[in-house]
Amino acid sequence: MSPLNGSESGTEPPGLAVVLVAWLLVSVPLLWGVWQTIKKASALFR
Amino acid sequence: MAGLLSKERIVAGPNFNRWLVPPAALAIHLSIGQAYAFSVFKLPLTKVIGVSQSAPGDWKQTQLAWIFTIAIVFLGLSAAVFGRWLEHAGPRKSGVVAACCWGLGFFISAAGVSLHNIWLIYLGYGVLGGCGLGLGYITPVSTLIKWFPDRRGMATGMAIMGFGGGALIASPLSQLLLDRYRSATSVGVAETFVTLGIIYLAAMLSGAFLFRVPAPGWRPSGWLPPAPSARGLITHRQVHVDDAIKTVPFYLLWAVLFLNVTAGIGILEQASPMIQEMFKGRVRADAAAGFVGLLSLFNMAGRFGWSSLSDRIGRKATYALFLSLGPILYVTLPYAGRIGSVALFVSAAVLILTMYGGGFATIPAYLSDIFGTHYVGAIHGRLLTAWSAAGVAGPVLVNYIREYQIEHGTPAGQAYNITMYLMAGLLVVGFLCNLAVRPVPDRYYMADDQLTDRAMASARSSRPCMDIDGAE
Repeated sequence: MSPLNGSESGTEPPGLAVVLVAWLLVSVPLLWGVWQTIKKASALFR
Repeated sequence: MAGLLSKERIVAGPNFNRWLVPPAALAIHLSIGQAYAFSVFKLPLTKVIGVSQSAPGDWKQTQLAWIFTIAIVFLGLSAAVFGRWLEHAGPRKSGVVAACCWGLGFFISAAGVSLHNIWLIYLGYGVLGGCGLGLGYITPVSTLIKWFPDRRGMATGMAIMGFGGGALIASPLSQLLLDRYRSATSVGVAETFVTLGIIYLAAMLSGAFLFRVPAPGWRPSGWLPPAPSARGLITHRQVHVDDAIKTVPFYLLWAVLFLNVTAGIGILEQASPMIQEMFKGRVRADAAAGFVGLLSLFNMAGRFGWSSLSDRIGRKATYALFLSLGPILYVTLPYAGRIGSVALFVSAAVLILTMYGGGFATIPAYLSDIFGTHYVGAIHGRLLTAWSAAGVAGPVLVNYIREYQIEHGTPAGQAYNITMYLMAGLLVVGFLCNLAVRPVPDRYYMADDQLTDRAMASARSSRPCMDIDGAE
């Protein structure tokens, strides 16, 4: 397989750690938002 | 800089992990999903001059309602106009432009609040922000479909779930920021807009720079495209965007999305007052706010759940489920009000919202099944004008019918019934449209040499001598 001249894909592909960190960075705020919404929604069941 | 953003530069190598693309997509959709939480600013924006209460000269709710409407209209327009450019420019360039529009939109709006000039907010959040919304919405979807041909529904559902999730983050975050910045002389909106603009600009740029596109001919390891069947809707061929909009299936799907979104807005627009008035004395304002929060959660969950299910049962069957269960659930709402069952009312409403979200998330995969993956971003962009139309028609329809009924003596608690029956009727029409969707006639498919010619023209217009060999 020949390299992609000048392309960023010619460098090392992202490792598993990079993928996990990327997922963590989007999951944490999303889970925080979900938690805040659940707290708010709990008023409906009181 | 142009080279740094070019599509050719981000063609992935053979060992690229495609699971890096969904978080990049989510970073963008979680940011633009803020649009659904704009209502947080409605009350503070009516007190920019008076601060503690509205003063003469302060903006009215009717003036402020236009901000969101303009943004949704420009979402559809920009997605339709720039969708084709996205396919040519690639997701990084398009993502960067979306980030700049969205971030800059907040900064201009902050200036509008500081100068108390509503036109600057219309221009900032409405026009520029709306363009950021449109480009930001279609950019990840088109890229994910190309990376996940084996799970198109799940992949696009993941990104579009982010759009629903963005509101869940933005609503409490904006409230925190408003509380932090509020003072004796300021309602804190301008400062909150600047802070949000910085956060979203950074998040969206990060997402845009993580994007890679698969090399031509790439397919997931061990995956073979399913054999096409004569009557099946899934094609391996490609329809050009200019031809797609000449076909009947495009307009049928446009109608399906328009009707599904219009009906969903019927619930979203009226959720809080509806539950309080239908169950007077039993559901107070804080519980109604909780109900709205619950709807947002199910709206988000439906985006991932239904679109993932569509990979198994097919898009047409998934929409048939939405559009057949939907009318029953809409009719259940007034019934639940009549028998006084809050539990039945809430259950029906949250199910409806899963289908509202599911409708958004499943449509890109439906389009790629019918028109192929090559121009799906551009075709999806044009179809999103249905969202804009529903964003204007839905609230107008819902509010007009309610006002008309109340003026004619209908008790407030029953003034929603006609609207719900109307929404059920819209979904029945949507069901028929979905039923009529057929494969595109042969004459619209591109010949192999046409695709090759376009690929070569594209390569000539970019970098010469690029050697791509990225098949797994």
